[in-house]
Amino acid sequence: MQKSLRKYFAVFVLPTLVAFVIAFLLPFLFGLYLSFTRFTTVTNTQWVGLENYIRAFTDNNDFLHALGITAAFTVVSACSVNLLAFGLALLLTRGLRGTNLFRTVFFMPNLIGGIVLGYIWQLIINGLLLRAGVDITYDPKYGFWGLVVLMNWQMIGYMMIIYIAGLQNLPGDVLEAAEIDGASPWQKLRRVTIPMVMPSITICTFLTLTNSFKLFDQNFALTAGAPMKKTAMLALDIYNTFYGRIGDEGVGQAKAVLFFLMVAVIAALQLRATRSREVEQ
Amino acid sequence: MKNKSKRWQSIFLPAFLTVLSIFFLAPIFLVLMNSFKGQFYISDAPFALPDSQTFVGLRNYWSGIQKVDFFSAFGYSVFITVFSVAAIVLFTAMTAWYLVRVGTRAANGFYYLFVFSMIVPFQMVMFTMSKMANLLHLDNPVGIVLLYLGFGSGLSVFLYSGFIKSIPRDVEEAAMIDGCHPLQIFFFVVFPMLKPTAITVAILNAMWIWNDYLLPYLVIGSRYRTIPIAVQYLQGGYGSRDMGALMATLILAIIPIVVFYLACQKYIIRGVMAGAVKG
Repeated sequence: MQKSLRKYFAVFVLPTLVAFVIAFLLPFLFGLYLSFTRFTTVTNTQWVGLENYIRAFTDNNDFLHALGITAAFTVVSACSVNLLAFGLALLLTRGLRGTNLFRTVFFMPNLIGGIVLGYIWQLIINGLLLRAGVDITYDPKYGFWGLVVLMNWQMIGYMMIIYIAGLQNLPGDVLEAAEIDGASPWQKLRRVTIPMVMPSITICTFLTLTNSFKLFDQNFALTAGAPMKKTAMLALDIYNTFYGRIGDEGVGQAKAVLFFLMVAVIAALQLRATRSREVEQ
Repeated sequence: MKNKSKRWQSIFLPAFLTVLSIFFLAPIFLVLMNSFKGQFYISDAPFALPDSQTFVGLRNYWSGIQKVDFFSAFGYSVFITVFSVAAIVLFTAMTAWYLVRVGTRAANGFYYLFVFSMIVPFQMVMFTMSKMANLLHLDNPVGIVLLYLGFGSGLSVFLYSGFIKSIPRDVEEAAMIDGCHPLQIFFFVVFPMLKPTAITVAILNAMWIWNDYLLPYLVIGSRYRTIPIAVQYLQGGYGSRDMGALMATLILAIIPIVVFYLACQKYIIRGVMAGAVKG
């Protein structure tokens, strides 16, 4: 079977592979190369070594500031999304009437695209700030917390679904045994439920971490970095660098490589967390 | 004690969840409400209901549809999403089956290359990819399907491979001995078995491609507008934009999603659970 199938590489793999090479592999390798060059068109490049990487930090403070904002946003939204989603999942696995309807409602915002979400929340936040006579571009605080609220609205339903799946797989007898032993509801949660849904917690934590870290559309639509690029996260800063000023494309590409390396570190941590858990079981 | 917890369970909890549901839906209703108000009455009083002075009926919808040519944007979005998802569902299934069943070192190498692409953020390749698309004349709604197949293949090959490894190869081998061509085996034996994963792959990719803004904007945005590009296009300069048309277009952008969600809810929820590995 293996041998007779092998001849058909061109039929089974080639279509995907051609698309993969064009859309991903060549752009990736060429992007890596361009980050070490100065260029305005891709055919006219000049090797400059690490200059772009140095300029990413020294031209202005944008990249470091974006990194700070992104890190803060990622931590805050990952914590809040997971806490709220887990809480909702606990409430929705008690066999209440109407559970399906609630689940449907809480999940729905997740399907709406980032650009649309950004404008919905811009309307709301500007409306709330109206009384103070300002709008979302007045203070970076507003944009930051607006984005946190938006992210919660979008992601809670998604994470809740994964937590519900984890909670429904809990063996009922363990909880029953804990109850007979006289465990309080809080003890049952702390000592039984949470340890047993740890796989779901790991998945959801990393999903929210990477999604928050890579956020672009929502950031772009809600504030576009206003005021003064103070709410621009990494992905938006890279976009601004690429398409902001002619001659900075190399710097943008260098920032993108650094961004990729940071995402890769998060992915590596995820792999390790998942692996070590597998060993335990 | 028992009574108290029962009351909590049957009254307070549903009431709490109902209030929460209303809060979850409120943003959409707020936009819906404002979409019926004159454009100058929106920013100044977004929480006010339309009244006889501010109500403009469907006027915002007409101007929104005209300004962004909404129906052609809808058409492009549908075309790109349907064909990209179809290509991804079919071709990555074939690829994953081949790579898993052949299992040579080279096949494994390709597999890890696909998996590697999952962790690379779009910003890393956005500039070079859009240049490449121009160079190869892929900057049209047909060419972009190829880009989506390439960029979406990582997650899809990964999901399919995980499932294929768990199904026994006896049936396939029996078919092979009976003299079936590998393509026949794939289409009549393997692909039907892959249906649950195919649905997951289709849902996850459809959610991504339908809502994707940056890739189509950079590749085809100057000539063809998908729905997210159309919404962003309305933004224009801050302050000078037509808030009424924006509100109406937001609602028009949400309607297809809600319809799709209510129609395929079962599959979407299942797809999300099964695809929870993506990062």
